[in-house]
Amino acid sequence: MTELLQFLLSGITVGAVYALVALGFTIIYNASDVVNFAQGEFVMLGGMITVFAYKAGLPIPVAALFAILLTAAIGVAFNRVAIETARGAPVVSLIIITIGASIFIQGVAQVVFGKELHRLPSFSGDDPIRILEATILPQSFWVIGGAMVVFVGLWLFFTRTLLGRAVLATSNNRVAAQLVGINTGFVMTLSFGLSAGIGALAGVLITPITLTSYQVGIALALKGFAGAMLGGMGNPKGALIGGLMLGLLESVTAGYLSSQYKDAVAFVVILAVLFAMPQGLFGRKATERV
Amino acid sequence: MRKTLIKAALAFSVAFPAAALADIKIGATISETGPASFLGDPEAKTLKMLVDQLNASGGIKGEKIKLFLYDDGGDPNKARTFATRLIEDDGVVAIIGGTTTGTSMSVIPVAEEAKVPFISLAGAIEIIDPVRPNTFKTPHTDKMACEKIFDDMKKRGFTKIAMISGTDGFGASMRTQCLAVAPTYGITVVAEETYGPRDADMTPQLTNIRGKSDVQALLNPGFGQGPAIVTRNYAQLGITLPFYQSHGVASNSFIELAGAKAAEGIRLPGTALLVGDLLPENDAQRPVVMAYKTAYEKAFNTPVSTFGGYAHDAFAILVDALKRAGSTKPAAIRDAIEKTSGLVGTTGTVTMSAKDHLGLDLGSFRMLEIRNGGWALVK
Repeated sequence: MTELLQFLLSGITVGAVYALVALGFTIIYNASDVVNFAQGEFVMLGGMITVFAYKAGLPIPVAALFAILLTAAIGVAFNRVAIETARGAPVVSLIIITIGASIFIQGVAQVVFGKELHRLPSFSGDDPIRILEATILPQSFWVIGGAMVVFVGLWLFFTRTLLGRAVLATSNNRVAAQLVGINTGFVMTLSFGLSAGIGALAGVLITPITLTSYQVGIALALKGFAGAMLGGMGNPKGALIGGLMLGLLESVTAGYLSSQYKDAVAFVVILAVLFAMPQGLFGRKATERV
Repeated sequence: MRKTLIKAALAFSVAFPAAALADIKIGATISETGPASFLGDPEAKTLKMLVDQLNASGGIKGEKIKLFLYDDGGDPNKARTFATRLIEDDGVVAIIGGTTTGTSMSVIPVAEEAKVPFISLAGAIEIIDPVRPNTFKTPHTDKMACEKIFDDMKKRGFTKIAMISGTDGFGASMRTQCLAVAPTYGITVVAEETYGPRDADMTPQLTNIRGKSDVQALLNPGFGQGPAIVTRNYAQLGITLPFYQSHGVASNSFIELAGAKAAEGIRLPGTALLVGDLLPENDAQRPVVMAYKTAYEKAFNTPVSTFGGYAHDAFAILVDALKRAGSTKPAAIRDAIEKTSGLVGTTGTVTMSAKDHLGLDLGSFRMLEIRNGGWALVK
């Protein structure tokens, strides 16, 4: 029983990391149908910039805020330089552009930040919290809390605000959105800034657990992407639950079956789900007008 | 008449030594960028620094060294191309490099065919076993690290251990070597777990190990962030088993990443370079290690790493051989490298032979323990 509880706590910790990354995919996808493969780099930038600002003497909250704002600015610049100039290109081309941007950001980070691993101190210390016989680190609660806050924020944004609906409208039909007076250029800028900011926030929260270096982005983006696909791309609820499920699947497999096969088992389950429900667990139904 | 001519020639060569001789060209293909840049970067810096140092102090018998250094980015194909270019276009007399086992293995056929001596900086035992005439290497093998660890476990009376290994190249290779050599030391691996190199949490694996009551010690072959996270999870779960890490994380940054409190009491095999200032005054390696450490840290303002030390030793072996060879022909250099004897490097004291192209013994590994956020030598 103790084991199961420990596996679940581990799964929630890892799952919350994936969920936070997965949530970052949501906005850009909703605004443009583009899966932004540079999302992992935003997470990396968030962590790395915070580490360096912290080392330069800033307190962690200030360093984190600085990192989030700077990364959001980089996201806006990325949209301006790479995505907007390719406007009208098919979605697949835009996705390939994001892969290129991801490699570019990684290369620059390697030169600017160096190649070493870095870590941030945990926000509330390293003393494990006991739940019955199992333990969890306080930092995990920060990650879980962060994922919840971002989820609620996004959910309110997309369902309760005019701006959020404008984002959805832009994705649905760009021309029609423009006709009803939505500034689609601004919507795109906003969605890249927000996505990058959320990615950076994820980076700040998870760095005390996962550590960071210039090349952590790809692996995080892949797992986050898998979580988002499982839950349903574009739906914040899907990203949250998909990410958590992926983490739980991995840890329970590692605990009860074999740590060798934990990634394989997780991906087999994802494939099985996608065969049965191609839109993911909570994805919107695709309706193409013929 | 003839005598005076010889005298004149002698006088001339003494007066203008450098002018009469060409530079000695040596080549290097190092993974300065790419996934192995963590290892390649200090290696390249070390080579450049040592070549400058040597040339500033007059070179080898008045001959300057010219270094041709290429960055293969960790790609074996590129390493092979660069090795060919070094030999055919640049005309080097020896090659240092191959940061990773992959790049080294792809340079070997090129160097062997051209009969140019090649000193690899990579870990795998396959590089020098079986022995190839022109291939040498400086780092310890994973097998030696396993032996050093098992030797220490045996001394402390542990016979049943658990292993948690990374699935990256380093972890997988060391895991295989350790499993192969464990029976020799009377050690049984009673629990085995693995983790991916990018995993964020290893508590499930450690929970399973904790659940096995007969385990006496824990070994974690791995490299990069994995071992740091395993260590943090080990502390989180309150596991009290004696914990051994590998030489792959023998650096100060490991203590920083894992946290001094979590890493307290961990033992691992490391080179003298890591604990230069802890070595007794009469230790043969102390002056060599301290000279390199001081020069490197002054030049680049970053701490030395074991990997830079491998490049340091490769260069020292080559310079030593060049001095003894009495010729800059690759064949003569090869013979001289094979006769290297008692050369004190940062990794250990190197004595090569026709059967041993590594030349290190277990004594060159030091068993270290992490105490109060620093290193201590285990006697």
